[in-house]
Amino acid sequence: MTTLTDPPKESFRLSMLINDTRYRSLTFQAIAALLLALAFWFLGNNLIQNLRAAGLNISYDFLGEPAGYDINQRLIEYESQSSHARAAIVGILNTLLVAFLACVTATVFGVVAGVLRLSNNWLVSKIMAIYVEIFRNIPVLIWIIIIFTIMTAVLPGPRAFRGDNATSSMVLDLFAFTNRGIYIPGPSFESGLFASAFANWVLVLAFLVASFFVTRRVNAWATAKQEATGERPKTGLINLAIWLVPFILLMLIMGLTWEVPALKGFNFQGGIKIGGPLIALWFALSIYTGAFIAENVRAGIQAISKGQTEAASALGLRPGRVMNLVVLPQALRVIIPPLISQYLNITKNSSLAIAVGYADITATLGGITLNQTGRAIECVLLLMLFYLTISLLISMGMNLYNNAVKLKER
Amino acid sequence: MTEHNYSFVRTEDIPQSPPPSNAVGPMKWIKDNLFSSVPNSILTVVAIWLIYTVLAQVLPWAVNGVWTTSSLAECRDILQGETGACFSVLTERWNQLLYGFKYPVEEYWRPNLTLLLLAFAAAPVMFFDLPRKMLIFTALYPFIAYWLIWGGPIMTPIVALVGLVGAAFAFQRLSVNSFAAGFFGAIVAAFGIWFLGGYLIPDSSDGSFLPAVPSRDLGGFMLNMMLGVACVTLSIPLGIMLALGRQSDMPLIKGICVIFIEFVRGVPLITLLFVASVMLSYFFPPDSTVDLFLRVVIMITMFSSAYIAEVIRGGLAALPKGQYEAADSLGLDYPQAMRLIILPQALKISIPGIVNVAVGLFKDTTLVSVISMFDLVGMIRGPILASTEWNGVYWELLGFAAFLFFIVCYGISQYSQWLERRLATGHR
Repeated sequence: MTTLTDPPKESFRLSMLINDTRYRSLTFQAIAALLLALAFWFLGNNLIQNLRAAGLNISYDFLGEPAGYDINQRLIEYESQSSHARAAIVGILNTLLVAFLACVTATVFGVVAGVLRLSNNWLVSKIMAIYVEIFRNIPVLIWIIIIFTIMTAVLPGPRAFRGDNATSSMVLDLFAFTNRGIYIPGPSFESGLFASAFANWVLVLAFLVASFFVTRRVNAWATAKQEATGERPKTGLINLAIWLVPFILLMLIMGLTWEVPALKGFNFQGGIKIGGPLIALWFALSIYTGAFIAENVRAGIQAISKGQTEAASALGLRPGRVMNLVVLPQALRVIIPPLISQYLNITKNSSLAIAVGYADITATLGGITLNQTGRAIECVLLLMLFYLTISLLISMGMNLYNNAVKLKER
Repeated sequence: MTEHNYSFVRTEDIPQSPPPSNAVGPMKWIKDNLFSSVPNSILTVVAIWLIYTVLAQVLPWAVNGVWTTSSLAECRDILQGETGACFSVLTERWNQLLYGFKYPVEEYWRPNLTLLLLAFAAAPVMFFDLPRKMLIFTALYPFIAYWLIWGGPIMTPIVALVGLVGAAFAFQRLSVNSFAAGFFGAIVAAFGIWFLGGYLIPDSSDGSFLPAVPSRDLGGFMLNMMLGVACVTLSIPLGIMLALGRQSDMPLIKGICVIFIEFVRGVPLITLLFVASVMLSYFFPPDSTVDLFLRVVIMITMFSSAYIAEVIRGGLAALPKGQYEAADSLGLDYPQAMRLIILPQALKISIPGIVNVAVGLFKDTTLVSVISMFDLVGMIRGPILASTEWNGVYWELLGFAAFLFFIVCYGISQYSQWLERRLATGHR
C-alpha cells in the first residue's frame, strides 16, 4: 500500500520569478509597468520642460474667448465674435452633417454597384468592376480635390446667370449650380406652431417618429392575426395613410412654403445653399466609400449558398418572402459589420475637409483655432477626444447589433 | 398476334440541322449577356450611352494633348481653342512631380537607384521561389537605402547595422538558456554598440562620398513611396507584437495593447499627423531636433501597426485551438510555439488583410500634404498650380497623380490575389 504525501513545500527562490510560470507573468508585468512608468515620466518631464521653456501652460480658457473668424457653412447661429467653443460646436455639427449625408449616399451607391456587379448583364457588371477598382485604388484626398475642382473650375459663376443672354440657367427654375455652391429651394413654415423654426422641425420629426412606431404596431397586429387565423390582413394602404395623412395635415396647418433661390445682385439669395466644399467632400466620400461598400455587399450576397434560396422555394415561399425571410437576414449578418466600419471610415475621412476648406471640427478646432491661439496640445487632444467618442459610440452600436443578429447556438 | 404497321414511324435518323443562327457565336453571346430581358436591354443601352459620353469627352482631350510647351499660355496658343490636354505640364515638371522641388538635380540617380534596389530587396519577400540567400540583401537594404537617399557619412548606417548584427548575435548566444535573457541581452548589446559607435560618426558630412540631403528636401512621389515602404515595413513587426499582446493573458500587457489599438483606430490619421507636426516635438527632450519626416514616420507607423495588429489578431483567432494545444503538448515554450507553429500559420491567413492595410496606408501617405509636406499631391496643389506658368492645369496633374496611385495600388492588390491563390492549401 502506498500513501500519497504532499509534495515537499518549496521555499520561494528568486530564480522562480523568471523560471516558474506561476510568477513569470507577474515579473513580466512588473517590468512592463516599470517601463511604461518610465516612458510616461520621460515624456511628461520633456513636456513640462518644453512648455516652461516656451512660456506656455496647459489651459482650456481659450475656448471661451471670441474666435474672430467667420464660418460660411453652419447649422447653428454663429458669428465671428462667438467663442472658440461655439466654433468647435459648429465644426462638430458640420462633421456630423457631412458624415451622415455621405453615409446615406455611400450606402445607396454601394448597394446599387454591388448588386449590379453581380448582374448577368456582362457590360454592366464590367462597368461596376471598373468603378470599384478605380475608386478603391486612388486616394480619397485626390478624389476630394478632383470633385472640388469640378465644383469651382467647371461650374459657372453666379454672373453667368445674369442678363438677357445668360450663358447658364437654373435647372427647372428651382436649382442653381454655381461655382460657389448649389442653391436649392428651402422649406419654411408661414404659420408655425412654435416661434423658432428649429422647434417646428422637431415637431415634424416627432410626427414622423410617431408614425414609424404606429406602423410597427400595425405590422405586429397583422402578424398576430396571421398567426391566429392564417390570413394576413392587408396593411399596405393603412401604413401609407399613417405615414402621409398626419404629415400632410401638419404641413397644411403650419403653412409649408418653398423659398426658391433667386439671383439678387452678385449672388443667389434665398433657399438653401450647399457650399462647394460640402458637396465635394460629400460626393467624394460617397463614391469612394461606395466602392468599398459595393465589395462588402457583393461578398455578403455571394456568401449565402444557393441551397438556402432553393430550400425556401421548396417550402413554397414566394420570391419576395424568400428574399425577406431567408436571404436578406443572412446576407445582412455578413454585410452590416463591414458596412458599419465603413461608416466609421467615412466619419474619420471627413476630417479631410481641411483640404477643401469645409469648416468641420478639424478645420475649426484643429485648424484656425489652433493657429490663432497656438494651443496645439489642447486643440489636438480635444480633436482626438471627439473622434474617439464618435468611434466608440459607433462600434458600441455595432456590438449591440452583432449580439442581436448573431447565430443563437444552443 | 396482329401485325401492326406503324408506317408513320421513321426508321432512320434525320441529319442534325445546324443550330439557329441566333443560338451560336457572338449573336448568342450578345443575346444572353446583354439583351436577355427588357430591363437588361435598358441597362445595356444606358451603359453604352454612359461609355460613349465619357469617351467622347476624354478621348479628343487626350489625343489632342500637347506635350512640349513650357507654359499654359503657349499650350492654349497651339490648341487654338480646340479641346486638348496640356500634358506638357507633366513633361516640364516631371522632376518636381517625382522628386519634389528641392532635391538636388545632380543627385536624382540616388532615389532612382534606391527604387531599383527596392525591387531586388522586395523580390525574395514577395516571391517564395527565389533563392533564400537573397534575403541577406533584403536585410541590408534599409541601411543602403538610408545612405543613398540621405547621403552623409557612411558610418551612420554602418554603426546602425553593426548594432543590429551585434544584437542578433547576442540573442543567438543567450537565448539558448532563456528567451528573456536573449531578449534583454540583445537590447543591451545593440545600445552598447550604438553608443560606442556614435563616437565614430563624424559630426559634419563634409567630404563624405554622397553629399547629405536634409529630409525637408524630399518630396514628390518619392516621398509617398518612402513613407509607404518605411511605414509598412516598420509596422508589421510592431503589429505582430501588438496582436500577441492583445491575446496575452497578462492583464497589464493586454490592457496596454487594447488601449493603444482602440485609441489609434478611433482617431483619423490626420489628427495623428497634427500630433506629428505641432505636438510631438513637445515630448522630445529639449534641444533635440527630430525632423518632421521622422515624426511623420513614427505617427504613420503607429497608425498602421494598430490596423495590422487587428488583422493579425483575426489570423490568430482563426487558428484552431488544437494548434496551440499541440504546441504546448510538444513542450515548446511560448516564444518557440509562436515562432514555429502559431505565427507562420496565422500570418499566412492574414496576408490579404495586411496587403489591404498596406494599400490603404500607401493611399493615406497623401495626407501629409495637409501638414505642408510636399508629396505628390502637395507638389501639385502647392508649387505647380500656384506657379504663373501652370495656374489652371487641373485635370492633367490630378489625372497623373490618380494614375500613379492606381498603378501602384492595383498592382499590389493583384499581387495579393495571386498570393492568396498561391498560398491556398485547399483545406481550411
